[in-house]
Parts: sequence; structure tokens; C-alpha cells
Amino acid sequence: MQSIRDFIYNTLQHYDISEVELSQMVLAVDEVCANLMIHSHQCNPKESLELVIVVKDKESVTFEIRDKGAGFNIKNYKEPCLEQIIREKKKGGIGLLLVKRIMDHIEFSYNAKTSRNIYRLHKMINIQQNQTQPPPK
Amino acid sequence: MVNVGIEFKDDYCLITVDGEVDASSSIYLDEAMHRAVESNTKKILVDCKNLRYISSAGLGVFMSYIQELENKQIKLVLFNMNSKVYKVFEILGLHQLLTIVSTEEEAKVLSDEL
Repeated sequence: MQSIRDFIYNTLQHYDISEVELSQMVLAVDEVCANLMIHSHQCNPKESLELVIVVKDKESVTFEIRDKGAGFNIKNYKEPCLEQIIREKKKGGIGLLLVKRIMDHIEFSYNAKTSRNIYRLHKMINIQQNQTQPPPK
Repeated sequence: MVNVGIEFKDDYCLITVDGEVDASSSIYLDEAMHRAVESNTKKILVDCKNLRYISSAGLGVFMSYIQELENKQIKLVLFNMNSKVYKVFEILGLHQLLTIVSTEEEAKVLSDEL
């Protein structure tokens, strides 16, 4: 989990994204990955996930999470009632609610060629390349 | 990684959370909350000064005790929370269901009043 969060921070730190926005995107991706690890991969450490980050036209960030687990159509997720979760003393069930509130667009697809599920999280954002970034070597 | 400390003071229980609370580490926060709720204390203060990150798993821990705290009439106050972490509580409206203040002093005063 920590390595996923570090990867996102390290990748996006060169862009002028506010700390709050960046930390929320990190949270959203963390939530989806945690859900997949727990529910699709039953916490099996031998399983793996791929994460691709695409920064497009300085106006959006797309996170693409790919795995081979039991697919879950994130678009079919129904928002839970918080009062009910509190009444029932549940500890889980709100991760994807955070993802939906943070991200602008969420997609699920399956690539039959690669046998992979693809979870795409899209965030519109006004970003600029950070001027202080050292030139690439 | 997270370090969760628990201290039983004269009239309240102080939980300190240091690090990142995610799906793999929220169990430590849960254990501390459980110990605090099961003790005879009527006030639980949570110092979030060094809480750098919280995911839904951490929020879920606090949410899962709201009912029990109410039933046992135990006051829970979180304090010293940074703005990034506070924002996560705000996204789901939990800042209105839980009591979150700036300083330990405020937390002590408020836990006396609640």
C-alpha cells in the first residue's frame, strides 16, 4: 500500500498540483487497490496489480489499475447509507464512496487479449509542469 | 506503518496516532479504541498530530464505535489534525458526526462539556 502511494507522489510531484488535491487522488487510488487486494485477490501476496498514471494536456490525470482478479464493475457500486453503517457498527464499505466523491469519472473494462480488468479513475485538474523541476538527464 | 499509543490519565484516555492508517494498519487503531472503550473511562481524546494519512479503513474504525460510545456515554474528541487528513473526514461528512478540534486544551475543555 505504501509503495503505491509513494509511486503516485513521486510521479506527480513534478507537476504543480495542490497538496490537498494530490493527497486525495492518492487516497482514491489507494482505496481501489486495497479493495482489489482484499476482495479480488484475498490478500494473496503472490498476486500483483499494475498502475499506470497518465497526465494529459495539463488538464487531467488518469490512473489505470490493471489486474487479473475477479473483476468488479465499479460503476455498479451503490452508495451505502452512512447512518446504517454506523448503526450496524461496520468498519468497511465506505472506500469506494470516497473514490466516487474524489474522482470525476470512473470506468471499468475488461481486456480479453491480455485477460486483464481495467479500472480507470479520471480527475480533471488544472496542472502545470513545475518550473523548479530539474531538466531530464 | 503506524504507531498507536494509549495512556490512561486521571480522568481521560489519550490515544496518540503516529504514521499512516490504511487497510493494513487500521487494526492497531482499532485495538487502541477497543481498549479505551472497554476501560472505565468516560472521555477518549485522540491526538492526530503525527497522523499523516488516513484511508477509509481508519475512518471506518472511528465510525464503528460511534454507536457504542453513545450507548456507554463516552465522549470522543479528536485534535491536532492536519488539513489533509481533516479533508478526508470532510469528504464523507464525518467532521459533523465526530468532534474534531484544534488543540489538546480545547479537546479537554470540550470533553468536559459534551
